[in-house]
Amino acid sequence: MTYEPVIGLEIHVELLTATKLFCGCLTGFGAQPNSQCCPVCLGLPGALPVLNRRAVEFAVMAGLALGCRIHTRSKFDRKNYFYPDLPKAYQISQFDLPFCVDGAVSFELDGGPSEAGITRVHLEEEAGKSVHSGDSILGSTYSSIDYNRSGIPLIEIVTEPDLRSPEAAKAFLEQLRTTLQYTGVSDCKMQEGSLRCDANVSLRPVGQEPFGTKVEVKNMNSFRAVERALAYEIHRQTGVLTGGDTVSQETRAWDEARGVTVSMRSKEESHDYRYFPEPDLMPVTMEAPWIEGLRARLPELPLARKRRFCRDFSLSHDEAYQLTQSRETADFFEAAAALHPSPKAVSNWINGELARLLNEAGVAITVSPVTPEMLSKLLDYVKAGTISSTAAKDVLEDMFVTKRSAELVIKEKGLEQISDSDAIGSVVQAIIEAHPEEAAAFRAGKDKVLGFFVGQVMREMRGKANPQVVNELLRQKLRN
Amino acid sequence: MNLQTTSAVELQRLLNDGSLSSRELVDRCAERISDQEPSIGAFLTLSLDTAKAEAAASDERRRRGALLSPWDGIPVAVKDNICTRGLRTTCGSRMLERFVPPYDAAVVERLRTAGLPVLGKTNLDEFAMGSSTENSALQRTCNPRDTQRVPGGSSGGSAAAVAAGESPWALGSDTGGSIRQPAAFCGVVGIKPTYGTVSRYGLVAYASSLDQIGTFGRRVRDAASLLQLIAGHDARDSTSLPAETLQLGSDDPSVRGLRVGLPLEYLEHGLNAEIHQAVMDAVRRLEEAGAVVQELRLPLTDYAVETYYLIATAEASSNLARYDGVRYGYRAEADDSRGMFEMSRTEGFGDEVKRRIMLGTYALSAGYYDAYYKKAQQIRTMMRREYESAFEQVDVLLTPTSPTTAFAFGDKSTPLDMYLQDIFTVTSNLVGIPAVSLPCGEDSHKLPIGLQIMGPHFSEARLVETAEWLERQRNGGDSHDL
Ligand SMILES: [Zn+2]
Repeated sequence: MTYEPVIGLEIHVELLTATKLFCGCLTGFGAQPNSQCCPVCLGLPGALPVLNRRAVEFAVMAGLALGCRIHTRSKFDRKNYFYPDLPKAYQISQFDLPFCVDGAVSFELDGGPSEAGITRVHLEEEAGKSVHSGDSILGSTYSSIDYNRSGIPLIEIVTEPDLRSPEAAKAFLEQLRTTLQYTGVSDCKMQEGSLRCDANVSLRPVGQEPFGTKVEVKNMNSFRAVERALAYEIHRQTGVLTGGDTVSQETRAWDEARGVTVSMRSKEESHDYRYFPEPDLMPVTMEAPWIEGLRARLPELPLARKRRFCRDFSLSHDEAYQLTQSRETADFFEAAAALHPSPKAVSNWINGELARLLNEAGVAITVSPVTPEMLSKLLDYVKAGTISSTAAKDVLEDMFVTKRSAELVIKEKGLEQISDSDAIGSVVQAIIEAHPEEAAAFRAGKDKVLGFFVGQVMREMRGKANPQVVNELLRQKLRN
Repeated sequence: MNLQTTSAVELQRLLNDGSLSSRELVDRCAERISDQEPSIGAFLTLSLDTAKAEAAASDERRRRGALLSPWDGIPVAVKDNICTRGLRTTCGSRMLERFVPPYDAAVVERLRTAGLPVLGKTNLDEFAMGSSTENSALQRTCNPRDTQRVPGGSSGGSAAAVAAGESPWALGSDTGGSIRQPAAFCGVVGIKPTYGTVSRYGLVAYASSLDQIGTFGRRVRDAASLLQLIAGHDARDSTSLPAETLQLGSDDPSVRGLRVGLPLEYLEHGLNAEIHQAVMDAVRRLEEAGAVVQELRLPLTDYAVETYYLIATAEASSNLARYDGVRYGYRAEADDSRGMFEMSRTEGFGDEVKRRIMLGTYALSAGYYDAYYKKAQQIRTMMRREYESAFEQVDVLLTPTSPTTAFAFGDKSTPLDMYLQDIFTVTSNLVGIPAVSLPCGEDSHKLPIGLQIMGPHFSEARLVETAEWLERQRNGGDSHDL
């Protein structure tokens, strides 16, 4: 029997507000432990939460960007459980009235369009961070807790069980991340923990409607890990089912080093969170015009921008997709394309050489030493034939390091290409005259000899001759 | 003049005309405290040195003509579930026996910015859970009217401090009657304002949707003035109501034309005859003065105690979950963090607190939520409507504050007996309306009887005027002078 995987994801994303969800403490990453807390986010007796309006705006903007409907009347609930890094022993979250419901994310899979539904997006607070003295909580003699993270606003995004492969899950996550980054509500940095993903995965026989027993997989720290963990889990469950056993409902943790999932807790051990409405906060009411105001603040989203790039700049889908995967790259492209007549060339250089240089230097495109203006100038020189493409790569590298203009670098390196027919013509003439036998061979039909002549001319002109002009003049003069 | 029975209003006059200094006043309170505390035990923590320094500073301000408020220099006692910066705040619990808050509650800020010296922190049932202050893990407080009897609770320490003349007035908190019942037992005035009138920021939560800070005074005007001083919007409490200045008290209180409702549910079920009589005496006086009294029925009152204990314990089970020994408070040693949680809570909490946490946990559990917590919330909504429609017919409701007068220590031997103490007081918390308790006579044991006046949301001014009128009737004239 063949089985079909059914995958749903739960993604937690930290919002980029300046202050925490229920107090005025700062949210910046990497501060001295426990330097960004107060009675509220430490859960001291008597402290009360006050909702951060900006966090609500960001959560709703995220929901709108994911195509959700917004509940105009919503509320917060308490999710009760004990954990050392959860200072109140409850998390203020949203249970049955999340801000956003019924959305969808379109993404590309194997070059074709695909889509996954978004069940809900809700707002909640982060817990603190446990730092264990050993490698893990087991075997540690003590643990420290940093409450700087406690109370940072978080959205939880829950998808429909619409994904059918680990690759689809990864492609979806990439599109989700891009979309959220476009809205500016989160930086979605998985390595800093500002984006985290859990997955629910089950198998069912192909053609069967009801879902199989699902397993929750946690502790995946990269998109690659999500893909690998899901592939492993599908493999594991397939083994269980084909062996005649049943999959047990449980939570499993991905072990990155060993490349396996291990059981964390069974269904019986699962928490009863005893949700109830948070009595310290008033229900949240959102007026339709306020929601529309937020919608108006959303930027053009990646998929729409990709389509526009294909249409307006005659780019291929792949080119446009690559450019629009980050809002900053797409912005860079549009700025450069506005100054240079060939969008194709701009795209090639951004996706190619510039991307390589930025990547090697670990520099974000927003602070690229080569600005869109500088790049467009460089490409102008290439288009005009002033320098060759090969030379332009050297120039770009120099510009990247020295931040000098293309003009300056070309001048200094003497890379200016000679395209002048007279100057090249006299060299061509002299070379032909110096090699009468090879000239005769060409005239007799040996085309390959042309390469020899090109090499001779280029050597004579120290590589600065425009190869196209050299070619043309050689053919012309050899035939005569 | 007996300083210990003089009203805050009169103390204000004495300070203003220079016949008394704030420092003298605080010294007299300190003397009275050292005299009374061995038999009363109202205070868990005293801050008399600070209070004396604050009083001296107040006198200095008075000399410069730079008073912070009309009540500058009159000292106050604060219930020990209200956070005071640098002064331990125990909630009457082993769990917080050594907890020193790093911040002041909003109401304490208001006391300080108005120039009121804080004498100390008063005893209470552990985490405000109880009706006799017997649940305090730290100390017993006796009723100043009869030290063999309880002062009521949970704000028993504040009520006793005011009744014993240790403090002119005091702050308490009222979740289901915790101000009004001890006020009745000790023979003083207690006001629980409309929910949201006073900021809860810094009040250690018991049941968030019911908790409200209020005041004790020896006179209606005192309790009303202190309430006026601490009331007002606070951005740090999201349930705090928009600012609306409370104007309480009138020089010529009147009840002419006042529509008074007598809810029969509060007078049946074998109510103590002496209490019944005292309430009816008040009714008669009101009628004679031109009030229109009508009997009415509020049938949902019969569900009030059950509804209250479901909601209060559910919220408490969550509010008290933070006491896990990790960051502050009592910590037991154990092999792992879970064991530490369990042992810290087992050893740090008293029986009544554990009982309510378990009840509340149960009421919120999967499979029981709809039958208990949700149903209780639905009844609460219905009660709100029932009281709203009652207040279309009447301006105030008159009831006994408590079904009994002060009882002896250990008298309420089962939790249920104790819970039934709250039968007349929990409704105003569930509905969120204001209520005043004032003395309305004594029983045959010379124990004070409390009369409760409830009104619709924001009717504090009407309640205070009615209470003040009744107070003058009983005292035969000017209420400022005993
Ligand atoms: Zn904070």
